[in-house]
Amino acid sequence: MIKIEKLSKWYGDFQVLIDCTTQVNAAEVVVVCGPSGSGKSTLIKCVNGLEPAQEGRITVEGMEVTGRGTDLTRLRARIGMVFQHFELYPHMTVRENLCLAQQKVLGRSRDEAVAKTEALLDRVGLSQHIDKHPGALSGGQQQRVAICRALAMDPIAMLFDEPTSALDPEMINEVLDVMVELARDGMTMMVVTHEMGFARKVADRVVFMDAGAIVEDRPTEEFFGAPDTDRAKDFLSKILNH
Amino acid sequence: MNYNWNWGVLFQEPYLGWLIMGVQWTFAVALAAWVIALSVGILVGVGRTLPSRPIAFLCTAYVEIFRNVPLLLQLFLWYFVMPELVPNDVGQWIKRDMPNPEYLTAVIALGLYTASRVAEQVRAGIESVGSGLTNAAFANGFSVTQTYRYVLLPISFRLIVPPMTSEFLTIFKNSSLALTIGLLELTAQSQQIAEYTFNGFEAYTAATVIYVCIALMATVVMQVVERYTRIPGYMGSK
Repeated sequence: MIKIEKLSKWYGDFQVLIDCTTQVNAAEVVVVCGPSGSGKSTLIKCVNGLEPAQEGRITVEGMEVTGRGTDLTRLRARIGMVFQHFELYPHMTVRENLCLAQQKVLGRSRDEAVAKTEALLDRVGLSQHIDKHPGALSGGQQQRVAICRALAMDPIAMLFDEPTSALDPEMINEVLDVMVELARDGMTMMVVTHEMGFARKVADRVVFMDAGAIVEDRPTEEFFGAPDTDRAKDFLSKILNH
Repeated sequence: MNYNWNWGVLFQEPYLGWLIMGVQWTFAVALAAWVIALSVGILVGVGRTLPSRPIAFLCTAYVEIFRNVPLLLQLFLWYFVMPELVPNDVGQWIKRDMPNPEYLTAVIALGLYTASRVAEQVRAGIESVGSGLTNAAFANGFSVTQTYRYVLLPISFRLIVPPMTSEFLTIFKNSSLALTIGLLELTAQSQQIAEYTFNGFEAYTAATVIYVCIALMATVVMQVVERYTRIPGYMGSK
């Protein structure tokens, strides 16, 4: 469903992505991991065109993201994205955070949008917070609202950019639980994360990046069982051994 | 000091009437100029943050020109120089037939000057919202226009209420410069009262007290605006 082919990107003279090729099939969960500065977040932001790339191609369900005349707005409306720092609209209640794009982008009626909003919040156990502003919620609650905001658009795929990195440890699981449930429901997901437990539990494949290149792209058990490269071994030993 | 104190002159006719007229002109100039300052300033400030290079360049040029030339000089340029630069017929009309030339010139000069300062506040406000929320709005499927309308502007306008309060106060104070092109606003009227009555202390004290009262009123109004638009739990608001 998401196809990344020979993608390269430069910031000035510095190459942040080197010839990256991978794909995410429908209903598949792909975890992207690697040391910081390896280009994971840049790669995932290229998928919905938040970051432009200079070379290579990305297509999402046949729609070309990297092409010049692409209607990025229409494409983004169909891909959900969750950010490290939640990025909820701070001046709106939780209800409006979820309703706004449904009404203004998808053209849903107010009643439809509110019904969808209530159903989603109920699913993640946040119904009682519908009238609050994001600032009144904990980090874990805000991130669950952010996931709902993306799901409200009925996306064909979800992108997660380090969704638990900004959370206090005791809130990480409430967010991961929602993501696990989503994966089990068959959502197509591309997840940048350091949560290897999550990767083991639900990922179909793991993409390991280092210094802008995709170094390994393999089924999850193979990756954790016997990583091919020394860099991946080194990375895993550092984040698993404590 | 041999000075004849007489606070009573302030309440005698015609001087009381002059003061009241002066206050009216001060309000008329400041409020009309504020309308220009807000509308032009918001457009220019937003323009500076747009991805389009030519628009951003034009808006930056506007700010640099209007902010860096002294307001008094700008007033003179609009009043004495501009009518000579436009086509002859228009210039003649401005000089001979345009109603209230001092008032209109003061409003335009003060409005466009303050617009450059408002534009900077608006730009700073938008930039302080940050790229994270902008990306979130784009990822949510919003166009650039919708992102500004529903996310960037509502948040940045709230953030800039305090600095905008001081711009609003400044426009009242700066309106006193209009006396140099002959507009009889508050400062000019108090000067006139001083000349007629030789009670300069009283006349200028009256003007001072009135300016301070206007400023306090404006501050109170803006505090109400600030409280009303506050975002719960966001950036230093409580």
